[in-house]
Order: sequence, then C-alpha cells, then structure tokens
Amino acid sequence: MKKQQPISTDSDWNFPLLEQYEAAISKAAAAHGLDTFPNQIELISSEQMMDAYASVGLPIYYHHWSFGKRFIHTEQAYRRGQMGLAYELVINSSPCIAYLQEENTLTMQALVIAHACFGHNSFFKGNYLFKTWTDPESIVDYLVFARDYISKCEARYGEEEVESLLDACHALMNYGVDRYQRPHPISMAEEKARQTQREESLQQQVNDLWRTIPTKDQPEENLGEEPYPAEPQENLLYFFEKDAPLLAPWQREIIRIVRKMGQYLYPQRQTQVMNEGWACFWHYQLLHDLYEQGLVSDGFMIEFLQSHTNVVFQPAFDSPMFSGINPYALGFAMMCDIRQICESPDDEDRYWFPDLVDTPWRESLHFAMANFKDESFIQQYLSPRLIRKMRLFGVMDDASKNYLEVTSIHNDQGYQHIRDALAGMYNLGNNEPNIQVVNANIRGDRTLTLVHRMFNNRPLDANSGNDVMRYIQRLWGFDVNLESRQDDKLIQTLQWPPAVEIKPELDMAAVAIVI
Amino acid sequence: MGYLIDRRQNSKNKSAVNRQRFMHRHHQEIRRSLTEKLKTRSITDTDTSETVKIPTKKTAEPTFHHGRGGQVEKIYPGNQEFDAGDQIARPEGGQGGGGKQASDQGEGQDEFAFEISQQEFLDLLFEDLELPNLTRKTLAHNDEFKRVRAGFSTSGSPANVSIIRTMRAASARRIALSAGKRSELRALLKERDLLEQEGLADDDTLHELDEKIIALRERINRVPFIDDFDLRYHQTIRQPVPRSKAVMFCVMDVSGSMDQSDKDLSKRFFILLYLFLNRHYEHTEVVFVRHHTKAAEVDEQEFFYSRETGGTVVSSALNLVQEIITERFPLNEWNVYVAQASDGDNWPDDGHKCEKLLTGLLPQLQYYAYVEISNQDKPLWQTYAPYQQQHPSLFAMQHITGPEDIYPVLRDLFKKQAA
Repeated sequence: MKKQQPISTDSDWNFPLLEQYEAAISKAAAAHGLDTFPNQIELISSEQMMDAYASVGLPIYYHHWSFGKRFIHTEQAYRRGQMGLAYELVINSSPCIAYLQEENTLTMQALVIAHACFGHNSFFKGNYLFKTWTDPESIVDYLVFARDYISKCEARYGEEEVESLLDACHALMNYGVDRYQRPHPISMAEEKARQTQREESLQQQVNDLWRTIPTKDQPEENLGEEPYPAEPQENLLYFFEKDAPLLAPWQREIIRIVRKMGQYLYPQRQTQVMNEGWACFWHYQLLHDLYEQGLVSDGFMIEFLQSHTNVVFQPAFDSPMFSGINPYALGFAMMCDIRQICESPDDEDRYWFPDLVDTPWRESLHFAMANFKDESFIQQYLSPRLIRKMRLFGVMDDASKNYLEVTSIHNDQGYQHIRDALAGMYNLGNNEPNIQVVNANIRGDRTLTLVHRMFNNRPLDANSGNDVMRYIQRLWGFDVNLESRQDDKLIQTLQWPPAVEIKPELDMAAVAIVI
Repeated sequence: MGYLIDRRQNSKNKSAVNRQRFMHRHHQEIRRSLTEKLKTRSITDTDTSETVKIPTKKTAEPTFHHGRGGQVEKIYPGNQEFDAGDQIARPEGGQGGGGKQASDQGEGQDEFAFEISQQEFLDLLFEDLELPNLTRKTLAHNDEFKRVRAGFSTSGSPANVSIIRTMRAASARRIALSAGKRSELRALLKERDLLEQEGLADDDTLHELDEKIIALRERINRVPFIDDFDLRYHQTIRQPVPRSKAVMFCVMDVSGSMDQSDKDLSKRFFILLYLFLNRHYEHTEVVFVRHHTKAAEVDEQEFFYSRETGGTVVSSALNLVQEIITERFPLNEWNVYVAQASDGDNWPDDGHKCEKLLTGLLPQLQYYAYVEISNQDKPLWQTYAPYQQQHPSLFAMQHITGPEDIYPVLRDLFKKQAA
C-alpha cells in the first residue's frame, strides 16, 4: 500500500484536524463494514463533562437533587485528583452524540472518535437489546418532553411534591422494565398524543377497579376469591402507574417517565463488557489501519498504545489496584480471541468452537455483537485460552461456612464452571433481588403484598430495603408488605408502616401460630 | 460523515439547579455542620470555601439490593497459588475482595463531605437575619438613580427606536396624506364602472378616465412608506431612588477589667456582625468606638487589634456615640444601630449617667444590641435591664460566655421579625 503523509505530527488539536481524522477513521470503518448512526461530535470543557456525568451522560434531563449530589461528588473527586474524567461520553441516540473533552491531546481525540463514534455507535445500532428496548431517533425529544413536563408539574404542584415522587420512582427504577415482554418503540408524536388521552382514561380505569359495590347477579361467595393482580407483576413501576389507587394523573405520568428512562438505560446495564470490548477492539483495529496507511506517525501510535494498554489493563485479585473485573479488559480480550479463533484456530478451538473456526472473522464478530448480552456472550464465547491467560478462578462465599472455597481454576475440569459462574456475575436476574407484586387486597384493607424470591439464599439488605418500602407505601397509598421466600419458605419480612411492637407473651403465641 | 460542534462556550452550570436542590434538601444537615464548625474555628477564616459534612445516610438513595449472606460465587483474575477445593480464611470485611461496589457513590463512608463557596457559607450563616426596624429615608445627597421609561419622543438614538410606534406613525401619515386622493380614486372607479356597465361611454371618455386613474394611483404611491418624520424613540428619564442607609456603631470596652479572652470574644462578635452587615446592606457604614475611661473613635484595624487598659466609664462611649450622631448622621437620612460589647463592669457612679444618656439616645435609634461577656448580671446589665422590658423591639441584650455562644446570640439578636 502506498504510504501517505501523516495527518498531523503535533499533539494540539484543532477543528480542521479533527475533521480529517474523523474522515479517515470513517473510511477505515466503512472498509470493515461497520454500520453506524450519523455522528454528532461535541467538544466540551471539563466542567461540562462533570455536568454530563451528573445526568448519566444524557444531554437533557429533568432536575432532581440526586443529580446535584452526583455532580458534587464528581467535582470533589476530580478536584482532589482522586479520579480523572472520562475522555468521552457517548449516548445512544440518532444522530449519535459523543462528547469529547477539550483537554485531550490530538491522539486521544482520534482514539475516542474511533472508540465512541464508531465502536459504541455501531454497537448501539447493531445489538439486539438496544434495537428492542430503545428508540434512538426519539430519545432526545423524549428527554425534552420529560423535562418540560416535570418542570410544569413542579410549577403547578410544588417542587417538594414532585421531588418526593421522583425519590420513590428512582428507588424502583430498576424495577420498571418488563424483562420478558418486549416493548414496541413508539415515536415522539404518538407519545405526546397518547399522553393526554392516557391521563383521562387511566383515572377512569382505576376508579373502576376500586368499585366495591357488588353486582346483583354475582354470587356472594365468589367475592374476594380472585386474586388481584391475576398474575404476579415484575414491573413494579408499571403496576403503580396503572393500578395505584390514589395517584393523580400527573403522578402517573411522572412514574411513566422514570419507567421509560429505566427502560432506556436497561440495555446499557446488560452489555457493559460487550459494549466496551467491541469499542476497544475497533479503536485498536481502526487506528492500526490508519497507521498502515501512513496517516499517523510512530509518536502517535506510541501515545495511543500507552493509553490503550492502561484502559485494558486487568490487575490481579491481590493487587491494590484491583476493583473487580475490568469490563474493558475482558471485553477486548474476548473480541480479539474470537478473531483469533476464526483466523488461526488451534485444536482446542476446533473442539470448543466448531461453529466458529475458519469462518470470516468480521461476520462472526458482528454476529456475536448483534445477538448477545454480557451473560450469554460470556457463556458462548469465553475460551479456555482466555481463562488461562487471565488466570481466572472461582471463589464460593457461603455465609453458612466460616471459610471461602475455591471452586475451580483454569484447568480442564474448571473451564465450563468458570464460564458459567462468570456469566452468572453479569446476569442481572441473579444480581438484583427478584421482587414481584403478588397480591393487592382490593376488597379488604388494600394491603399490597410483594414477594422476593430469594436466589441462593441471598437476603435483602434490610436497611435500604426498609427505605424503599416507605417509598412503595407512598406510591401505593396503603400498607405494604414484602416477603422474602426461599423455595416458598418465608425467611424475612419487611413492612411499611412498621409493625406495632408486640408484647412478649403475645409474641410467643404468634410464633406458635406460625409454626 | 460526522458533524463537529464546539460546545465549549455553552454554559457550564447545567448542574447548578440540581446542586441547589441538593443543598436545599439537606439544608438542615448543612446548617448543623456549619454550626458545629463555628464552635471550633476562628470566625475570621471565612475568606476561603468551607467543607461541609453531612451523614451519608441522609443522602442515600435506597434501592433493593442483596445484603450479606447466602451463597455467592465470584470469579477473580490472576490466580497464582490456588487449586480447586482450596479453603481460604474469610478476609476481614466479608465477601471476597471486591468491596469497591459499596463505595463508588461516596457511600460506605459515614459522611458525605463537600465544599461550599464563601458566598454560600455566609448565606447559610446569616440566613433569616436582618437589621431590625430598617426604614427607607429620603436622602438629600442622592447619587443613585434608576432609569425608567417615560413615553416616546421624536428624537433619540437609533438603538431606542420603537418600531411599533414608528410604524404606527408612518401608517397614520400615509392615511392622512392619501385620504383625499383615495376617495377621488374611488369616485373615478365607480364612475368608470357605471359608464362601462351602461355601455354609454365612448372609448375616449374611458381612456380619459383611465389616465386619470393611473395618475391618481401614482400620486398615492408617491407618498413615502416611511419618513424621518415618523420615527419614534423610547424615552427614559433618571429617577432618584430612595435608599435605606444605615450606620452601625460598634462599641467595645477595652478597659483593664476586660481580659484577653473577653476581648477576643467581643472581637469575634463584632467580626461576625461586621460580616453580616457587609453582606446584607451595601450602604451600611460602620463606626468603631472603643472606650475605657475615655472613648475614642478608631478605625477597624485599631479597633480589633490594638491594646489598651484603664478603668471603665461606659457613659463616655455613649456620649461619643451621641456626638457622632448629631454631627455626622442626621436622623432623617440614617438608620442608626448600636451594638455594644462589654464585660459588664462599670464605674459605680456612672450608672445614672448611662441611664440618662441611653434614655436620650434610644428614641433616635433603630436598635440597640448589648452583649455581656460574663455569665452573671454585672452592674451594666442591671443598668440596662429595665430598657429591655420597656422597649423590647428596640433594645436587646444577651450573655456570652464562650466562643460557641456567639453565633447563637447573634442569631437571637438579629433574627428576622415576623412581618
């Protein structure tokens, strides 16, 4: 290939240079068939980056004290030098908005353009979770709608009223997603049109639900027999939005907004390793392409490789720098590994990945990116070679024993187990307590019962749990109970308002009855 | 092809509202933290920003998550020595080594510490405080004006052009200048229509009419759309602003009976007071008067930092205050406040003199605040006590025994009165 002049030899960036880099990287990406949303690259200052941090990277967000807390925290940490700011932030929208920090050197800007504007961007466009759960075309519109609606509510019903509702909703944000039911992304226009209609009809429905006058022809004994809701509800925010009896229409709409935001962020939480791995793989690949074309200098590559190495560094478990498995490191290693399995497999690869060996690597990698989430991706693609390379080992912490046990290491007996266990660590279903609404006592005192189905005997954190129960009570309007059950055995109960103190002798009687 | 956008000029305070909400929500805790701080540190270090600590528990955002217990299996990298089946003693602090998750939000620590600016610090410090009985007095030497709109004029600078008024004037002028011609035109058009309808007219007549019509139209069109004559300008005039001016007399006893710690306490009190005044009222003057047997007006530096000794004659100070008021602060212009700090000792014969002076002085004042640095009622306290009962809204007194009292006492003396 004919070597070209490097685009730059300096480390200071300016707009014409960034445009040249962007164009060159875009060309290289197109040669690999990366499919991306159009890019909108915004240069921002470090203060603005801290602002962006505070609002989970979203360009527009409604106001809430918790974002202020996050901002203060970031600002403190940054000023004291405890943490550096990210070089970039990118959000899943179309056009794909990427924030680049002005303090980056030219090399770093090129790196983050490759990483965010082509790596993450193509992941957002290709991965099935993002395709299913988010509508990148309308997210910015929706954010504007949400912010305006909430500030209108604040003006009308008071900041404190809105704030206390948002507090409650935020506590349940992770419980605002239908995990098994797939949503239909709808456009902004539809959303707006529906909103007014929803307000009116919702209130009617709720009133209907609580109509307690029995109809004449219904036999008396049937009353109170059918449970409500008919099936357990995992989407708590949705349940409150539709069924909480005392909420005003605007409160239902705010619950809906938080629920939508939770849903929008849901795929990100499930694809950390893959998303970062994919982006790292591509910035590595694309900048090497540029180097081969002679578009970047040796100095550029040295600086780039140094940053790259820092990003994908995995400290060992006993290192003082260790803070869990680095998703960049794991993701990048797995993506490279897949390419190696495709291009130059050894016998072990042929045994473990018969479908993958000798396939064109771009297609195989793209397939992996498009059709998995972290959990299934690791389950499917973590190779013995990588387990050995990272020297992974499993440790079982069983609270009933006074020691930890090493379950498996990087050997033939351990590979499969390590794969499963590592995949399990990225399974949101395992990591978040499984809590569902099972019964609303609509004909009696309206007590709401939730059940926490325990996994591996893991209990709920009661302190925080109690606070959340208070919020749930605020949403529901009547007493709420939460039962933690392991295989249908009642282990732990939280309730709000807290139970009245029972006198000791009565207590004994109560125990006897339970037994 | 991507777009590059330079956003660096956009406002950087997007989080200001959220930060404010955070401060508002945790107002109580922040205040508590500050009050704690004031006990232990010198009040004069208010130049710098202040670190505030509030319990993490108050700022927590609860979620449902797992507590400790049950079976948890985790994968770690970097195995060196372990083999499957090895048993390891449980490390301190519970599960595994990945304790990072617990503290990534600043939780896991007991306190959420953050800095507030000096401005915010003072805001919190002097919240709900005000100078009592402040009244607006009209002033002879008024140098403050505000500009107010005063209708429209036909001359002015281009920046002040009122487009609506100008266009209105232009429209009126056009109507006025062309009204006669327009009615003429209407008449001609009607005549022509009639002639044409009845078919009576010959071509010449029609032609003649047409020419007339065209000429008229041209003349109407020649009336200019806009003319210098139409221009209207917003007019503003300067209006004097009545202003509330206040003068604060700081009176301190520097006699020998005041020991160093007493002086220190009074200094702290006055510094706090000074900060408060400086902040709340831009046009507040402060007069420093210190006294032993003789009173003298001094500047700020000398007031706070020079040393003197001697006996105590409080009336000398009151006398001087009276003199200064008469001389420099005419009551129709100034709100007068007096704050006095003393250990309460006074020359025994001086009590009556003080009473007399104070009785004369009080009606001229907005407020008189007296702090006594002692824990019992000293002679001066007894002299002053009746005034507090007679003029509860004019006269206030408090004891101070240690640095921790100063802030609460200040709050008490200057707390906002219910409107």
